[in-house]
Amino acid sequence: MANEDTIEGQIAQWRAYLRRRQAIRGADVEELEAHLRDQVAALVDAGLAADEAFLVAVKRMGNLDAVSREFSREHSERLWKQLVAIPEGEGGTRLTASREILVVVALAAAAALAVKLPELFGYPPIGSGEGLADSDSFHFSNLSFFVLPFLAGYFAWKRRLERAGCLRLALAFSAAALVVNAYPFSPGGHTWTLAALHLPIALWLVVGMAFAAGRWSTVGGRMDFVRFSGELFIYYVLMALGGGVLTGFTGGIFAAIDVDVEPLILAWVLPCGAMGAVIVGAWLVEAKQSVIENMAPVLTRLFTPLFAMLLLAFLATVLFTGRGIALDREVLIGFDLLLAVVLGLLLYAVSARDPQAPPGFFDVLQVVLVASALLADAVALASIADRISEFGFSPNRVAALGENLVLLVNLAWSLWLYARFLAGRGPFAAVERWQTAYLPVYAVWAAAVVVVFPPLFGYQ
Amino acid sequence: MNIGKDLVAASATPLVLAILTEGDSYGYAILKRVSELSGGRLQWTDGMLYPVLHRLERLGCIEAHWEASPQGRRRRYYRITEAGRSHLAAQRRQWQVVDDALRGVWLKLAPASIG
Repeated sequence: MANEDTIEGQIAQWRAYLRRRQAIRGADVEELEAHLRDQVAALVDAGLAADEAFLVAVKRMGNLDAVSREFSREHSERLWKQLVAIPEGEGGTRLTASREILVVVALAAAAALAVKLPELFGYPPIGSGEGLADSDSFHFSNLSFFVLPFLAGYFAWKRRLERAGCLRLALAFSAAALVVNAYPFSPGGHTWTLAALHLPIALWLVVGMAFAAGRWSTVGGRMDFVRFSGELFIYYVLMALGGGVLTGFTGGIFAAIDVDVEPLILAWVLPCGAMGAVIVGAWLVEAKQSVIENMAPVLTRLFTPLFAMLLLAFLATVLFTGRGIALDREVLIGFDLLLAVVLGLLLYAVSARDPQAPPGFFDVLQVVLVASALLADAVALASIADRISEFGFSPNRVAALGENLVLLVNLAWSLWLYARFLAGRGPFAAVERWQTAYLPVYAVWAAAVVVVFPPLFGYQ
Repeated sequence: MNIGKDLVAASATPLVLAILTEGDSYGYAILKRVSELSGGRLQWTDGMLYPVLHRLERLGCIEAHWEASPQGRRRRYYRITEAGRSHLAAQRRQWQVVDDALRGVWLKLAPASIG
């Protein structure tokens, strides 16, 4: 009977739709399907046509989003298990899912091996003494190239990026590699260190373009990338902690039999693991998208007040003691990182906020945080300007000046928009739009430090 | 009549447990029984029954096993446990208190027409 077949098809579709819910497992799907079939059979007995019966039965089953929410409330543990489970897509995509795991493993392995590749060409191995961050090593300035191209490749594969897009990615990475390695830097010089530090920032935007694929020009696409970056960072830290415990035990139990595995760990496990974990982390973030409440917003809520307090205490101390900020590179980097964290807190608060919600206490906190960061940034800028007028321009000072100006502009305009929102004279979406529109500015500045600074300052 | 969500949720546990004391049953049959008992006035969203059943299973009030239906499909049957029976007894006492109180107050009220 033809009717019978269409019903079977419809039920199969419904089943596939249900299967995609992370909180509803195979056995539950079977149970719900049995229910649906009983219902359809009863309705057909009562005189309905099969397809009408199907519609009524589906309607009675209820909104699947709500049902799946109830399931997830009852089985919240499943959501965690799903993190490493095979994600299920449209009917019959188990194949693509397992292929994705293969791709991820291959890319992670490639990144892990890439970091060891330079040794074949006579570069000193990582861990042979000075370590990964040794500022003379080839690895330090090229760190991005061991992992970011693979990460971009993963997204290019996953989003089925068209040929022109792939070409652009390859071009960006090649150009960057060329600049960093072909410029006649004086070894260990300031411009070289600056370039090495800024390169990952610029290239991260390239990864973002691969991540967002066609949606890079939209607010949503960029916001997703911001979320992805934060979640990846959290996953990476978690994996690093786990890896630390693992290597600690490895060293310990091998020491018990008097075998020293430390050289092996330093030369292989640590660098390879650090590279591969980026790819695996990216895959985990992708796989659990929409499964659980994102982590970054939760941490944001926790740390916004604390960072606001830190900055206020710092400002009060500066005012009280009249001390300027020391201008060592480490101090400046630390300071810029602090401001970047503040921006991150702002971004995640923005990304997790319901744009329709009216202003609340947390928004006030957010404004306090931004305002204090703005003041702290102004203090830093004053110190830098002071130093420049006294000793003239140097690559480090100009880089610091630029970074702080970039941050200042963002913070000032964010403060203005946020204050308008609090006063009820502007939509919250304006803050979001501003933040996402500003993202390329960081990358452009970072790229300028990499590309323009060395010739400008004579590769010193 | 539309019965409030909270009331439906609160009465779900005793109803399901009580129906299962009549004998082992499966989801669709339980819903049918609920509908019969209430004369069709108590309508649950079908899908919402299963999370309730799974919660009761986790709490040890009921246990589940698969059985083949006459059509050859598998069905998940639920059976009430001892713990379930004592839970039901406790629930019954609580509902009795609520019921008594409400009855008392309904009687005092003007003989309002209820539906």
